[in-house]
Amino acid sequence: MLGNLKHGPRPSRRHFLKASAMAGAGLVIGLHLPARVAKAATPAGGPFAPNAFVRIAPDNTVTVLAKHIEFGQGVYTGLATLVAEELDADWAQIRVESAPSDPTLYNNLSWGPVQGTGGSSSIANSYEQMRRAGATARAMLVAAASNHWGVPPSEISAERGVLRHIATGQETAFGDLADAAAKLEPPAEVRLKNPADFKLIGKDVPRVDSAEKTRGQARYTIDMTLPGMLTAVVARPPRFGGKAVSVNAEAAKAVRGVTDVVEIPRGVAVLAKGFWAAKTGRDALEITWDDSAAERRGSAEMMAEYKRIAGKPGMVARQDGDADGAMAGAAKVLEAAYEFPFLAHAPMEPLDCVVRLGPDSCEIWTGSQIQTVDHMTAAGIAGLKPEQVKVHTLLAGGSFGRRATPDADMVSEAVTIARAIGGRAPVKVVWTREDDIQGGRYRPMYYHTLRAGLDADGKLVGWRHRIVGQSIVKGTPFEGGLVKNGIDQTSVEGANNLPYDVPNVLVDLHTTDVTVPVLWWRAVGSTHTAYSTEAFIDELAEAAGKDPLAFRRAMLRRHPRHLAVLELAAEKAGWGTPLPRGRGRGIAVHESFNSFVAEVAEVGIRDDGTVKVERVVCAVDCGVPVNPDVIRAQMEGGIGYGLGAVLHDAVTLDGGVVEQSNFHDYVPLRIDEMPRIEVHIVPSTAAPTGVGEPGVPPIGPAVANAVFDATGQRIRSLPLSRHDLGQA
Amino acid sequence: MITLNLNGEARRVEAEPDTPLLWVIRDELGLTGTKFGCGMALCGACTVHVDGMPTRSCSIAAADLEGAEIVTIEAVAGKAATAVQTAWEKLDVVQCGYCQSGQVMSAVALLAENPKPNDDDIDAAMSGNVCRCATYVRIRAAIHEAAKLMEA
Repeated sequence: MLGNLKHGPRPSRRHFLKASAMAGAGLVIGLHLPARVAKAATPAGGPFAPNAFVRIAPDNTVTVLAKHIEFGQGVYTGLATLVAEELDADWAQIRVESAPSDPTLYNNLSWGPVQGTGGSSSIANSYEQMRRAGATARAMLVAAASNHWGVPPSEISAERGVLRHIATGQETAFGDLADAAAKLEPPAEVRLKNPADFKLIGKDVPRVDSAEKTRGQARYTIDMTLPGMLTAVVARPPRFGGKAVSVNAEAAKAVRGVTDVVEIPRGVAVLAKGFWAAKTGRDALEITWDDSAAERRGSAEMMAEYKRIAGKPGMVARQDGDADGAMAGAAKVLEAAYEFPFLAHAPMEPLDCVVRLGPDSCEIWTGSQIQTVDHMTAAGIAGLKPEQVKVHTLLAGGSFGRRATPDADMVSEAVTIARAIGGRAPVKVVWTREDDIQGGRYRPMYYHTLRAGLDADGKLVGWRHRIVGQSIVKGTPFEGGLVKNGIDQTSVEGANNLPYDVPNVLVDLHTTDVTVPVLWWRAVGSTHTAYSTEAFIDELAEAAGKDPLAFRRAMLRRHPRHLAVLELAAEKAGWGTPLPRGRGRGIAVHESFNSFVAEVAEVGIRDDGTVKVERVVCAVDCGVPVNPDVIRAQMEGGIGYGLGAVLHDAVTLDGGVVEQSNFHDYVPLRIDEMPRIEVHIVPSTAAPTGVGEPGVPPIGPAVANAVFDATGQRIRSLPLSRHDLGQA
Repeated sequence: MITLNLNGEARRVEAEPDTPLLWVIRDELGLTGTKFGCGMALCGACTVHVDGMPTRSCSIAAADLEGAEIVTIEAVAGKAATAVQTAWEKLDVVQCGYCQSGQVMSAVALLAENPKPNDDDIDAAMSGNVCRCATYVRIRAAIHEAAKLMEA
């Protein structure tokens, strides 16, 4: 519950969130709603607004209201495709706007009554809802045309934004009937199209946001300005959990343009007219911090502790048969341990939030990923009713999970600062890159140990997987939904659903007591479980004397979707064909967020002993492919994002202080390291699933397995850049 | 008072002499297409053209640029700019889009200098521009596409 949140500046008056259940990899959160959070989004007397998602204006534009944030994943295009398909609109007449924050209208159907985006769930939860919204609008337009022409609805067709009386050839555009349709009652039931009749779903439509983003016209939070607005830059403690005990703000206040220096629970905020003065002022603060309650360990000490803990059994996440017994009788037993560092998300747009606080109102503009949490947290801090708060979701310059904070991170910070200056001026909080890299909310550090036994025929008879690391959701409103019998599902996902046919499996978990703030990072648990399971399977294949593809294939007979992507990627990559000398090829397959992805990586080793990934072939099964080109883009991007982390990245702490600060030491993937990528989509009629995250997990193990193929070295700790792969 | 030649116009701004060009452009002149990503010339989100050269505006003082010709994404024009933006849209390069002003500015400068770059030329010219969405495959393809459009 929000009242329990550690970082909240003030406990919320309402216990509005109660995590209650979990289905698959998605979240289901129960929400105790106050009477009514916000009004419906459809203004009276405006354009034809048959439901909360579609507006058709007399000028013939069709506006789709997106309940999900667009931060690159292409969801505006996806949601609009679903509406336009059933509406039979012309793609050129489609516009997309962000829906207001309102969980009664715009909740994520796979989460319960909470509006938010995550877990690659946007298209999955919206697939029917958006199609119904489009189909309802279409039915009403047809009814309006039927009245207008005095012909039965069955004689009217709709195509590309035009209604036509088939017999007479009379035509009219959607916009011409907007007023008439607005006067009709929506039908109780609508029929959705047969997939064979799809004209847009499954075809390539242009992204709706390409032009504005190519021309510098897209507006992000950092671009927002309001009359009299001040920019705030915050000094936060150098160690997580530290507190400011004394502040000398004299030099900061002397900076031209600085208007206020205010202490907030998280640190000290400097406000100024413009970012540069605020940052200069922030950097001039002299603060004495009290670190007595702060985390003072280094990451190396934490990892050493994790290794000690791994010697003992943890809480059981999955148990089939008797893994230890099976290994006792195995012909061969293998063991391996894997180390994973903390990772920062580092979205291109640093965290930011604009707030305008009045006596009876609080208006927020930000890249809100969980609108309901941001909304209710802001209301709690501002001391206002939820209906007095408005959250405008703007385009965000990436997130990768960083903007989905259970305590409304930058929103709570901005509202707290606005309150500290009595709402005198609108406030824009902007984090610097250093604030971002050093600000916590990392992918947790993990240590995995795996042990498996093979019989005399090289068949896997037992598998034991132990995971040691921090819980992402403990102490947050998501705990009730995502911690089951003491197991944080986000720590073990991807490990406890190991797909391979192994009769005896034990997966156990130690949740560690570390206070570095952690968070979901694109693909969450699968960012480490895919690596350890798929790298270890490769070791087992070698020990069994089998080809890595054949070894996996034989154990996936009960998992046809895994098998299909595995075989497709292997075939397209030319698995088994010779490679130039010094090159290596590796394969991995993983299910995350109900999507199935296999990747084959081809690597070379440079003269300086570093890895160059030359080519990646990817196969994905995400059910009905709604926007194939967006799916390809998400696979390309997921591969690049995951590859950057695997090759280069670790956030490390020394004495509790983060050692990295910007892109020189937290190294992003650059174009010269981007491999050639081919993406193959498995045709499917299954319900669509997500693509924002599932491209990430397989790239690490595919590269690691390719490095082994090229060099004979197994990479069991990340990042790869810590290993010298130069051949003797 | 600093006088800048920005997008073909003389603009007079009140700013401390050490203020980076980026913040003069964004906060004083209200042109927000040029983005802040790192503040250390490491990511290229703030790339503008200074006398035709791609320049990281976060790490150069506005006061040092009096007399120079500065062009931002809002006003970039010409054969290379048209080709790059057309190709970017055709291939749907963008994802979150935040870095793309900088990517476009760097790509335009590359093509203005070298109308037929190969992959190595592209890597060299574009490796100062970070895209966390990793749209690099399409950036590379779009630059080749733009080179083709410029020939036509």
